[in-house]
Amino acid sequence: MSFFGLLVRNRLALAGLVVMLVIVVLALVTPLLPLADPDVTNTADRFKRPFAGSVTLGTDHLGRDLLSRLFWGVRLSLAVGFVSALVAAAIGSTVGIVAGFYGGRTDNVIMRGVDMLMAFPYILLALAIVAALGPGLMNALIAVAAVNIPFFARNIRGVTVSIAHTEFVDAARLSGMGDARIILTEVLPNVIPVIVIGMSTTVGWMILETAGLSFLGLGSQPPQADLGSMLGEARSALITNPHTSIVPGAMILIIVMSINLLGDGVRDALDPRLRSGALRRPMPRTLVRREESVPETESPALLAVDGLKTQFRSNGHVHKAVGGVDLHVKSGECVGIIGESGSGKSVTALSVMGLVASPPGVITAGSVHFSGQELIGADYETLRRLRGDRVAYIFQDPLTTLHPLYTVGAQLVEAIRAHHAMPRAKAREHAIGLLESVRIPNAEERCYAYPHEMSGGMRQRVGIAMALANDPELIIADEPTTSLDVTVQAQILSLLSELQRERGLAIIFITHDFGVVAQLCNRVAVMYAGRIVEEGPTDAILNAPAHPYTARLMACVPELGRGRRRLDAIPGLPPVLDGLPEGCAFAERCHKAKKACRTGDIVLSATAGQRAVRCIDPERLATNATR
Amino acid sequence: MAGYILKRLVSAIPVLVGISIIVFLIMAMIPGDPAMAILGSYATPENVEKLNRDLGLDKPLVQRYFIWLGNLLVGDFGRSFSLNRAVLHEVLERFNATLVLAGTSFVICSVLGVAAGTVSAARQFGLADKAITFAVLLGISIPSFFLGMMMILVFAVNLRWFPVSGMWPIYGARDLPSLVSHLTLPAMVLALVATGVIARLSRSAMLEVLRQDFIRTARAKGVHERSVIWRHALRAAMVSIIPVLGVQAGFVLSGAVYVEIVFQWPGVGRMLVDAILKRDILLVQGGVVFVAACYVLFNLLVDVAQSLLDPRIKT
Repeated sequence: MSFFGLLVRNRLALAGLVVMLVIVVLALVTPLLPLADPDVTNTADRFKRPFAGSVTLGTDHLGRDLLSRLFWGVRLSLAVGFVSALVAAAIGSTVGIVAGFYGGRTDNVIMRGVDMLMAFPYILLALAIVAALGPGLMNALIAVAAVNIPFFARNIRGVTVSIAHTEFVDAARLSGMGDARIILTEVLPNVIPVIVIGMSTTVGWMILETAGLSFLGLGSQPPQADLGSMLGEARSALITNPHTSIVPGAMILIIVMSINLLGDGVRDALDPRLRSGALRRPMPRTLVRREESVPETESPALLAVDGLKTQFRSNGHVHKAVGGVDLHVKSGECVGIIGESGSGKSVTALSVMGLVASPPGVITAGSVHFSGQELIGADYETLRRLRGDRVAYIFQDPLTTLHPLYTVGAQLVEAIRAHHAMPRAKAREHAIGLLESVRIPNAEERCYAYPHEMSGGMRQRVGIAMALANDPELIIADEPTTSLDVTVQAQILSLLSELQRERGLAIIFITHDFGVVAQLCNRVAVMYAGRIVEEGPTDAILNAPAHPYTARLMACVPELGRGRRRLDAIPGLPPVLDGLPEGCAFAERCHKAKKACRTGDIVLSATAGQRAVRCIDPERLATNATR
Repeated sequence: MAGYILKRLVSAIPVLVGISIIVFLIMAMIPGDPAMAILGSYATPENVEKLNRDLGLDKPLVQRYFIWLGNLLVGDFGRSFSLNRAVLHEVLERFNATLVLAGTSFVICSVLGVAAGTVSAARQFGLADKAITFAVLLGISIPSFFLGMMMILVFAVNLRWFPVSGMWPIYGARDLPSLVSHLTLPAMVLALVATGVIARLSRSAMLEVLRQDFIRTARAKGVHERSVIWRHALRAAMVSIIPVLGVQAGFVLSGAVYVEIVFQWPGVGRMLVDAILKRDILLVQGGVVFVAACYVLFNLLVDVAQSLLDPRIKT
C-alpha cells in the first residue's frame, strides 16, 4: 500500500492531519482575516470574558483582543517551530552524512562531539545558548535548533554508514563520481525517509520547546507574542482571569497533539517493520476458532489428536500449517514425528497445549484429548495446570528457550513451584536432584550458573531436567538435539531413552533425522505438507517405507560404511501450504505420480502390521526390501 | 564489580572535560565586552581595562579555559554579581531543592511508566491499552507549564487540597508533611511527560520480549500468566528500559525548569532563568556545569544498575 494510503487508513493520524491542515491554513491567511490589531491596548476593556460583547475570546490584561492575538501567536509559534526543525534537520543531517560517509577519524571526532552535546540535559544547553546570545525569539530558535542537532546527526549517521558500504555506492565510486555527487545522488535519497521520520517526531517537541523558552521570558519579547509568551504574560492573572491562560495553553496542546498523532502515523507508514503488523505479542494460549464440528473420539490412548487443523492468519493471508492430523500416543510409548522443515510437525506439537503463538496462530478444527480430557478450547487455567505438570515440553535451542537472566536453579525451582506449593529451599533440593538425574556434574554449584555460562549440551540437559520437574506422563520434545553437535546428540538421546524406560514416560519426539527415530522411537509418523502421510512401527517403516515420500526421504540420509550409494535429493520444493493442489500433496515431486493422484482426497488407510499410508499406489513392501 | 565502577568512572572523565569545554566556548561567544556589561556603558576606559585584567580576559582563550577549569576543580565557581555570593554555595543550595523535586518525579515516572507500558503490552489492543496509549499521547503533548497552571487552578485554588506554590510554608514548621503537600502537585506535573515516554518505550520493549522463545518456555512450564508478564518478560525488558530511564532523567531535570517557575520552587532551574534575565553569566555558567556533571554521574549509576541486572555484561 502506498505511503498516503497507509497514513489515511490510520484514523488517528488522519484526524491529526486534518486538524493540522486547518491550523496551518488559518495561520497562513491570518493577515487577510478581519481581526482586530493584536497589539492595540485598551486598558478600559481589560480581562473581558469570552463571548462578552464584541470580543469572541475576551481580552487580556492590557485589553488586547485574545482571538486576534491567538491567531498571530499560532502563526509565530508554528513558524518558529518549523524553522527550528528544518534548521536542526539540515545541519544535523549534514553532519551525520559527512561523519557516516567519510568514516574513520572524521567520524570519530564528530561523533565524540555529538556524544558530548548529548551528555547535557537538553534544556541546560538551550539555556546556556540563550544566556550567551541574550533573550529573544531568534536566539530561542537558534538554541532549540542547536540542542536538536545531535539527535539528527546520530540517527542519520547510522543510516549513512550502512549505505556507504553498499554495492551501488561502490559502483558509483568506481565509475569516477565525486564524493559530493555520490552523496547527493546515491546517499541523500536513501536517508530522506529517516530525516522525514525524525522531523515528524520532533517538530511538535520543538514547538513545545520554543513556546517553553518564550514562557520563561527568554523567547519572543513584547509586544510580539507567540503562544508561549502569551501564556507567560497571562500567568500573573491565572487565578483571577484563567481564560487568558487557558486560550493559548489549550491551543499549544491542540497543535502539539495533532502533530504527534500525524508524526506517529508517518513513522508507522514509513517503518517497514510496523507495516506488516509484526509487533504483536502472543497470547497465553492459542486462539481456537472452530470451523468444523468436533470429531467423535473414544480413544483409550494417553494422548489422542484427531483432525487437528492449525492456521496462521496475518493481514488477510491464511497459511495452513497443519491440515488435519490424527495421532495417538499410549502411556510409556515413544512416537517420532518426522518431516522436513515446514511440514507442520512443530506446530502440531505446540497445538496440543495451546502454545502456538497467537496471533497469528489459530486452531480451526479437531480435538486433542489428554487422559480423556478435551484440550482444544479448554480454558487457560485448565491448560496451565497441565502444562509442565503432566505434559512437559523440551524445545530446540536451549540458549533462546531458557530465560537468559535467571539462574538455572531459579528456573527449575520455578517450574516445580508452579505446580507444587513447597518452600523454596525444599524445591531447590529437588532441583539439584533433577540436575543430577540428567547427569550434570557438580549439580549443586551448577544451580547458580546462568544459561550463557553453560555449554550447549549442558543447557539441553537443564531443559530436560526442567521437563522432568513434576514427573510428567508425556514429554513433547521438539527437535531437542538439532542444535547440538553429534557426540553431544548421542549423549542426550541415550539419556532420554534411559529416562523413558526408568520412568515409563510417553514421549513425542519431533525430528528430521531418521537415525534419531531409529534409536528412540517405538512408532513413527511421517509428515508432509501439514498431514501425516505414513505411520507405523519404527522398524517396519525403516525397513520398508510404503509412501514414496518416506522412501525418498530415507534415500537422502547418508549411511556410514554402506559403500557408494547414490544420495538422492528429492526433486522440487515442498509445496506452498496456502494453495495445496487437490489430491496428494507430494504428487508434484513423486516419480510415480499419475492422474488419479491429483483428484479427490486421499485418506490415510490402514495396511498390514498396524501401519497406515496416505497413498493410492504404495511402494511394494516385499520388492522394496530386496531392492 | 569495583573494577567495573572504576572503569566507568575513568571513562566519564573525557565526557566531563568535553562538557566543560562546550560550556566555556558558549560563554566565550557572548557578544560585546563583559566588563562593559558589568560596569555599564558609562564606565571609564581605564576601569574597563582594569576589570578585564582582573577577570583575566586579556589572556588568550586556551589559557583562560585552563585557569577556569583549575578554579572549578578546587571548587571556585566565581562570584555571582547579582546575589553577591559564591556561585558554588548558591548552586548547591538550589540543587538540593531541585533534587527533591526531580528525584521524586523520577521515581514516580519510572514506576508508573514501566507499569503502564507493561499493562499496555500485556493487554495489547485491549481497552486498557487504548486508554493508556491515549493518556500517553496527552502526556507528551501538553506543555508542563500549562499543565502546572491548570493543576494550581483546580487543586490548589478551587479545591484547596494543596498549597499554590513554594517548597515550604511561609509561617509554620518545615517538616515532612508540609514538604509532601508542597511537593505533590509539582512532582506529579513534572513526572507526567516522562511517564508517557517511558510507558511508550516499555510497551514496545515488552512486546519485543513477549515474542521470545523463553516466554513460550515459561508458559510451557505452567507458570501463571501474571508471573510470565511481571517476572519473565518484564525482567528481560528492563534490560532495554533501564537506559531509557537514564535518558529520561535528563528530561525530568529539563522539565524541572518550567515546573520550578510555575510553582515558585526554589530550585536550580529557576535560579538559571533569573540569572539569564539579569545577565549574571558566572552564575549561569556554574549552574550549567554543575548540573550537567551531576547528570553524567547519574548516568554512570544507570550503567552500573544495568550491569547488575544483566549477568551477560562482563563486569
